[in-house]
Amino acid sequence: MLDIALKISITLILMSILLNAYRLTVGPDMPDRILALDTMYVNSIALIVLMGLWLNTKTYFEAALLIAMLGFISTVAVCKYILRGDIIE
Amino acid sequence: MNFFVILEGVIAFFLIAGGIFAFIGSLGMAHLRDFYMRLHGPTKATTLGIGCILISSMLYFSTTQGEPIIQEMLITLFLFITAPVSAHLLAKTGLHLKLKHVPKTLGKPVELYREEVGEKPVPHPER
Repeated sequence: MLDIALKISITLILMSILLNAYRLTVGPDMPDRILALDTMYVNSIALIVLMGLWLNTKTYFEAALLIAMLGFISTVAVCKYILRGDIIE
Repeated sequence: MNFFVILEGVIAFFLIAGGIFAFIGSLGMAHLRDFYMRLHGPTKATTLGIGCILISSMLYFSTTQGEPIIQEMLITLFLFITAPVSAHLLAKTGLHLKLKHVPKTLGKPVELYREEVGEKPVPHPER
């Protein structure tokens, strides 16, 4: 039962990453692309957690934590750059 | 009915629910017509989906290996704190760039006056 659920969940997350890539390429404005990239970070964290469940190991969860922190920081940096024209004033 | 069979069913339910919620969030972001509409999908549905997936991971690893679940708790805490902050910053960026929106999207930026949005100015807005 867990194998089938894991396969379904991995398929859904991969499809949502493909939708994020679609919005990242055709997004008409800059905030659309930032939003697509931020969602792609979150979906990649979900994919790493599912890979840890698949391989039955907790090794890769530090990588998920690092991606969470760096994704938030990069989103804030790009938003501040668009809002103020500068990152650190 | 063994205890572990029920627990496996709960873990499978949370996995599928998380996948469906994350897919709904990304589908909303790819399908909706407006940036302010598109902002709703990832900030709510995707956060809920990854919360479900992390709950299932917590249940699985705490049952099979008996280890503490600090890493999943840290990831959950960090994502649930930072998702509203990044959504707020993205909304401020969209309002700053004055992005086009469909007429169904109601409301306008509160810090702009009416003549800046393109309507007729009000002579005495305080009264």
